[in-house]
Amino acid sequence: MSTAEIHRSILAVWRIEQPRLITSLSRMLRDVPLAEDLTQEALVAALEHWPATGVPERPGAWLLATARRRAFDHLRRGKMLARKHEAIARDLVWEQQAMPDLESALDDDIGDELLRLIFTACHPLLSRDARAALALKMICGLTTEEIARAFLISEATVAQRIVRAKRTLSESGLTYETPRGDELAKRLASVLDVVYLVFNEGYTAARGDEWHRPQLCNEALRLGRMLTAIAPQEPEVHGLLALMELNASRGAARTDAQGNPVLLMDQNRALWDRLQITRGLRSLVRVHELGGGGGFYALQAEIVACHTRASGPDDTDWQAIIRFYDALLARVASPVIALNRAVAVGMAEGPVAALEIVDGLKAEPALEHYHLLPAVRGDLLFKLGRHREARAAFELAANLAGNMREREVLKGRAAEADSAAPA
Amino acid sequence: MRFMYIVTSPKPMAGPNPALFEAINKIRDREIKAGRMIDDGGLTPVATGAQVRIADKKLSVIDGPFVEAKEVIGGYAIFELRDKEEAVAMAKEFMQLHLDHMPEWEGTCEVRSFFNNPCA
Repeated sequence: MSTAEIHRSILAVWRIEQPRLITSLSRMLRDVPLAEDLTQEALVAALEHWPATGVPERPGAWLLATARRRAFDHLRRGKMLARKHEAIARDLVWEQQAMPDLESALDDDIGDELLRLIFTACHPLLSRDARAALALKMICGLTTEEIARAFLISEATVAQRIVRAKRTLSESGLTYETPRGDELAKRLASVLDVVYLVFNEGYTAARGDEWHRPQLCNEALRLGRMLTAIAPQEPEVHGLLALMELNASRGAARTDAQGNPVLLMDQNRALWDRLQITRGLRSLVRVHELGGGGGFYALQAEIVACHTRASGPDDTDWQAIIRFYDALLARVASPVIALNRAVAVGMAEGPVAALEIVDGLKAEPALEHYHLLPAVRGDLLFKLGRHREARAAFELAANLAGNMREREVLKGRAAEADSAAPA
Repeated sequence: MRFMYIVTSPKPMAGPNPALFEAINKIRDREIKAGRMIDDGGLTPVATGAQVRIADKKLSVIDGPFVEAKEVIGGYAIFELRDKEEAVAMAKEFMQLHLDHMPEWEGTCEVRSFFNNPCA
């Protein structure tokens, strides 16, 4: 094995074990940023030792023992400075009792601990970008470099974001516990928001050369699945997972062989992932069992579910989709949602009705630079045979699109409209 | 990446092994909570199964047990993982449990990735 291969296999073991290491240390130290630092030290130790010794039979136990030793060292150092000798002696006794208990530490149910950790990483005190970086680092085990590559930003930016976020957490004196009551809803919303941000960053890459970046989708799905397992009573957790699974199920159909986007109505539905659809629909059932059908994520999942249940545009229940959009708009007055609703209206009632809605949205400041507004408009104008106006709309959309692949598709549609227009 | 794990063995387990099952359940629970395991299942003894075969351009149905079978599939699992290294690390951990609890047992855990689904 080459050094690079050994490092890859060490990182693989690390990612499997990391959540348990960090939750175990967080519980000992009551300090998540410090716990994160010390678990990273355990990784460094593994990278130093394992290439020579080989990966141990129980790599999890090795990493946990190493990480805990560092945590004990840290506690002891702190106590040497701050406390009397008898306290240290007492702690040493406690330490000796605690240390052989590795196996049982490995057996602990980490669900609650993990939830606490996620709540800390996604704390509303932190910016959304910082929350996303911290969650990917502390919960998914991504390296700073991997996060940077995934978000198309520099490693230094990510590193700085993480350092600052950890400092904010340390200085805020946050308690390391699961929020309850009214606080829980707010904090959970903050967590779900981050997971969905990560998913969307991968699914509809706003920037860059690739239309989507599956790694981020996968990390978000993983976080979503994790949350449904450790917070199973929260309907919106299942709603978000349903939304992500159902959207991701179209992954293979969303691009052609050249990597260009294929729009929903043109996709080969045989390529949709049935296992993922089943999982998504099952999550949606769970949402209803928990009485959460009207949730923000649940309603969006319902819309996607309408598509997955149909064999094509003709037998899609567009009226149901419009109703779900109405319910969504009643919850959040978002012009982007209104624009999506207009597309459904176009399918249900024809382009005239839809164009009226879209033109009504042109004055929305939030949509001023949103490429999908002129893209949708162009499509409706094209269907109405107003090819010159369609061309102008597609050209505007292409100029506004940040993603190269998307821009090319829009330019193609502009050319198509141009050749359809009478000379 | 989506992986399928298929566990095969030339000899069936001597009988239920509660300690092994408990250890496997712990990993299973951990992996569900980590969002990595998306499906798994154990299979009933091969005597209850059937094979539909094509040989000499003809279909035939053979009921289990299949005398000529050298390896018997005992179970499968489906995981969503980052890469093959992670998949192999997981399989090693799973098989180590068998070694710990049933040192006499022999078997294989085959790790296979699915055809690439760009967003799954």
